[in-house]
Amino acid sequence: MSETNNQQPTTNNQRRYMKLSGLEPLVLNENTNFINVGERTNVAGSKKFLRLIKEEKFDEALDIARHQVDGGAQIVDVNMDDGLIDGKEAMVRFLNLIAAEPDICRVPLMIDSSKWEIIEAGLQVVQGKCVVNSISLKEGEEKFIWEATQIKRYGAAVIVMAFDEVGQADNYERRIEIAKRSYDVLVNKVGFPSEDIIFDLNIFPVATGMDEHRRNAIDFIEATKWVRENLPNVSVSGGVSNVSFSFRGNNGVREAMHSVFLYYAIQNGMNMGIVNPALLEVYDDIPKDLLEHVEDVILDRREDATERLLDFAETVKGSKKEKTVDLSWREKPLQDRITHALVKGIDAFIIEDVEEARQQAAKPIEVIEGNLMIGMNVVGDLFGAGKMFLPQVVKSARVMKKAVGYLNPFIEAEKGEEQQALGKILMATVKGDVHDIGKNIVSVVLGCNNYEIVDLGVMVPPEKIIEAAKRENVDAIGLSGLITPSLDEMVYLAKEMERQNFELPLLIGGATTSKAHTAVKIDTQYKNAVVHVNDASRAVTVVGDLLNKNTKNEYVAKLKKDYDEFRTKFLKRGKEKSYISITEARKRKYKIDWKTSEIVKPKELGIQTLEQLSLKELVPFIDWSPFFRSWDLHGKFPDILTDEVVGEQASIMYKEAQEMIDEIIAKQLLKPKAIFGLFEANTIHEDDIEVSKKPNRNVVSSTAEKSGNKFIFRTLRQQLKKREGIPNIALADFIAPKETGKTDYMGAFCVGIFGAQELADGYRAKEDDYNGIMAQAIADRFAEAFAEYLHKQIRTKHWGYAADETLTNNDLIKENYKGIRPAPGYPACPDHLEKETIWELLDVEKQIGVSLTESLAMWPAAAVSGYYFANKEAKYFGLGKITDDQVTDYSTRKGIAKDKARKWLHPNLAEE
Amino acid sequence: MSNIYKALQERILVLDGAMGTMLQAYKFTEEDFRGERFKDYPSPLQGNNDLLTLTQPEAIKTIHGKYFEAGADIIETNTFSGTTIAMADYQMEDLVYELNYQSAKIAKEVANEFTAKEPHKPRFVAGAIGPTNRTASMSPDVNDPGYRAVTFDELRIAYKQQIEALLDGGADILLVETVFDTLNAKAALFAIEEVKDERKIEVPVMLSGTITDASGRTLSGQTAEAFLISVSHIPLLSVGFNCALGANLLQPHLEAIANKTEFAVSAHPNAGLPNAFGEYDETPEEMGEQIEEYLKKNLINIIGGCCGTSPEHIKVIANIAKNYKPRVVAG
Repeated sequence: MSETNNQQPTTNNQRRYMKLSGLEPLVLNENTNFINVGERTNVAGSKKFLRLIKEEKFDEALDIARHQVDGGAQIVDVNMDDGLIDGKEAMVRFLNLIAAEPDICRVPLMIDSSKWEIIEAGLQVVQGKCVVNSISLKEGEEKFIWEATQIKRYGAAVIVMAFDEVGQADNYERRIEIAKRSYDVLVNKVGFPSEDIIFDLNIFPVATGMDEHRRNAIDFIEATKWVRENLPNVSVSGGVSNVSFSFRGNNGVREAMHSVFLYYAIQNGMNMGIVNPALLEVYDDIPKDLLEHVEDVILDRREDATERLLDFAETVKGSKKEKTVDLSWREKPLQDRITHALVKGIDAFIIEDVEEARQQAAKPIEVIEGNLMIGMNVVGDLFGAGKMFLPQVVKSARVMKKAVGYLNPFIEAEKGEEQQALGKILMATVKGDVHDIGKNIVSVVLGCNNYEIVDLGVMVPPEKIIEAAKRENVDAIGLSGLITPSLDEMVYLAKEMERQNFELPLLIGGATTSKAHTAVKIDTQYKNAVVHVNDASRAVTVVGDLLNKNTKNEYVAKLKKDYDEFRTKFLKRGKEKSYISITEARKRKYKIDWKTSEIVKPKELGIQTLEQLSLKELVPFIDWSPFFRSWDLHGKFPDILTDEVVGEQASIMYKEAQEMIDEIIAKQLLKPKAIFGLFEANTIHEDDIEVSKKPNRNVVSSTAEKSGNKFIFRTLRQQLKKREGIPNIALADFIAPKETGKTDYMGAFCVGIFGAQELADGYRAKEDDYNGIMAQAIADRFAEAFAEYLHKQIRTKHWGYAADETLTNNDLIKENYKGIRPAPGYPACPDHLEKETIWELLDVEKQIGVSLTESLAMWPAAAVSGYYFANKEAKYFGLGKITDDQVTDYSTRKGIAKDKARKWLHPNLAEE
Repeated sequence: MSNIYKALQERILVLDGAMGTMLQAYKFTEEDFRGERFKDYPSPLQGNNDLLTLTQPEAIKTIHGKYFEAGADIIETNTFSGTTIAMADYQMEDLVYELNYQSAKIAKEVANEFTAKEPHKPRFVAGAIGPTNRTASMSPDVNDPGYRAVTFDELRIAYKQQIEALLDGGADILLVETVFDTLNAKAALFAIEEVKDERKIEVPVMLSGTITDASGRTLSGQTAEAFLISVSHIPLLSVGFNCALGANLLQPHLEAIANKTEFAVSAHPNAGLPNAFGEYDETPEEMGEQIEEYLKKNLINIIGGCCGTSPEHIKVIANIAKNYKPRVVAG
């Protein structure tokens, strides 16, 4: 076609309106007031939805979507961004199922993800015109343009976040600067229809007590006005509930704040948003005095607006807000005070209240069985109803323990009495494993629900568990473990319990465990109850059901049936995967062109230790998201701090963690130590990497062998059959083979944080499990941060292949750097045995004191070890399943019995 | 070649009628379908109308010529099933490029003949892109509503191959038609944008959906307006409906979109609804009366026929269309 200017002519002066579609149209026009987006089908915002998706209960998940539409949502937002689910698969599956529900898919969908691949997968399965949520200039113009071009081709509207390379817009000027720039790029460079652009101008909380937050609402409103007046045809959206974040718990004030905010934001052009209709007051119905205070805050009309609203908030009907300085609860009756202290986790007055109760009681034990248990039951109910979160419950337990600790001497004085617990639970981290944060949390939660806990600690051999269970006459056994060999220990223990005719229920938990493994491997070994409890909040109800004399038989039968069905489904759903032989896989290895690939010689070859580092250096490297995960608070940092559901709790914990870190640094309570080495290395026989401890020159090779100069790392190769052109990778592929004649390099390292156990024990001795767990969690974060810090030092200094690297900490967490540091026991190299080679090569234990248990867990538990690969093509991958031929080959290469290899590689064996 | 956009401003353009209905009259046997070239082909080939471009090219040319004679401005290539996905039924995936290329080439030759004879009335070739026989947003398995027999990418790749061959063969326009699943159409539009971008060209695109029954919705459940919104992200020459319904039943759906789009509006309805024998028996005059209703209401820019229509129908329609002004396209 030779014609130009074939584009449909458009009228420029006329205002254009966004049109979206599901099965039915959604057309904005000059009368459209406000489009309400439903956001309960968002794994980051709804715990329930997340659980349903994780458990693949898609029918119930669809009900949530349906409920949203029935409730008036005009667009349904779907978000599957969670580290523990395959977001792309879940997005596609859920959207495909929605497409079969006309009462849901009649409205347009909003495909919500921070990952482009999930957005694109979503766009490919929706027939209507949807909205993408979101893109931004965060990672530069090129990516922004590319994504916008694709979105246009898929026929969707787009939410653009006010975010650029510098960061998120947090004042008026930045909001309009970024919006203007985004608009110009979209309209002029991409040709994106301006009516299909929606700006999310970032709604941030006001009345936080911080001066720089005072203009958060008014800046948003003014920026909205500017955007609507100056950027023709666009829409403006946002998540409204953020604005009232600091008044969580006081719905009266929150509702008023939302209404006032919307009242002004809509007047100024906000025409879309996420609003919970249940949390909205009619503007005209807001009492005049409250309205004035709220408007002062939203519009930043007075210097002291926040203080005045805080004071006034206490008088607002329906207010549940508790100010820290508010001691009015101290005037309530005794039982109310005790309950209040337990629910709020306030230990300041518990001794005096318990003493008062003791004086009123006939016997001291009655205080525990009466007053304290009444309070703990309230905690249990709130927790069960999802109205309290795990960290709060642990704090309640701290108060409980303090109270019981005070009463104990009095009870003993009247000996013969013993508190009657609901049941006795044995808890242990299995042999070879040292990780116990999860176990401790479950113990505390059960403990404060009146179960007696027999905690055997970590690295507990099975015979000791069996013996203690008999001796203590426990009612249930709980096992925990974090590393993969622990799974086998759990299977072994189940077999032993079966052999010795145990009838006790067995609870399984810990990061590496899963319902699938429990159902397939453990449940089948033991005829009595086996339950996977990975969520501490479930532990109480599960144990309650297991020990309830009236209903337990029924419950156990149901449990067995459930696991049986789950197992059948799981085994059936195993997709037909085929594998290629190891010989074939080697032919399809990842090919680096060694003729051209750059090999950088490390600036400092050999081994070095690092013991004089201040913890302070590590703080910026901390990745906080896993810290919150260990407390069952799910979400990404820092977003989690403002999360609708867990934000308040997360903020408190974050603050407390900061305080503990300050103390740890000030008193040097934890000690970081590291060792690393950089060596000459070459790949030999395809999958092995030969490392020379000392440089080869002038050393006769035979003596070198004898003097222990050569070490060999054995790597494992992917065997899954893949499409043509996709390689089967092993780590050895990232090192130049010997036959190339080139000398290549690799590194190994171990970092450890010492002192965490002592610190945690110190807190526990003071009956403070909360801080005990906190200390361990912080030590874990420091170990990971140390590994990140050291890797950066290696890249920029000791090896120096990326001397000019400039990355933000966020980039580090997202692993945007060159080179990798895979760790034995993790997906790229799942064999823990390779740690032994690292230990020999670097003499880790002698040099810095980190040791290996019989299951090859590291001690102290807060430790990380691994390899360094520097080639720019090196990348992380998962080994996946391997077949018997590689196991045979591997055991021969490594010089170990095949049974031993099978045992350690167990989770990766294809025929399992 | 004269600009089709110009022609569209000047008059109502007439599209051709059914190809399949005309071919039925030839009563081609299995041997005729095979011709010399495919006489030993392993799978049965009767019914593969697209193949006749290669084995009975004269018949195809004759039919194209008859429609031009009847007054059509635009004829469609014989490529309704010309994708690897639809051709899988005959194990002829490898022939897709050739089928589309030759079909476009033949049609263009006939069009050039007529344009040469009547330079004041340039004739155009629309490369016909059918819906394939699979749906991207519906499951064929009632027990597994989340299952899909075809993905967006599979469709996009198949359509892209068809589009490239049609353009190489000389098609002036691309016509994505009989859209019963909007997601399939979006994959075709995506592929068109890719080709346009890669070749740095502009191509007029016609898009025509199918309202399957009295419910007033597409097979995949969208209302006429929702369908319109879902496909309007690409600059189209025209948007409209074809097949499934006769002219009178189609009218309300054309009305539903005509005042909501800035694109030209097209319609090529069936010759009524099929009778008990599956035949269409609305006469040219009956159909013409219905079509005249569209024109009186100023709904239409491009008009033609689908199943059951013949050169006689098109002749009547073209004669009526001459008397009316085209719908005003915005801008």
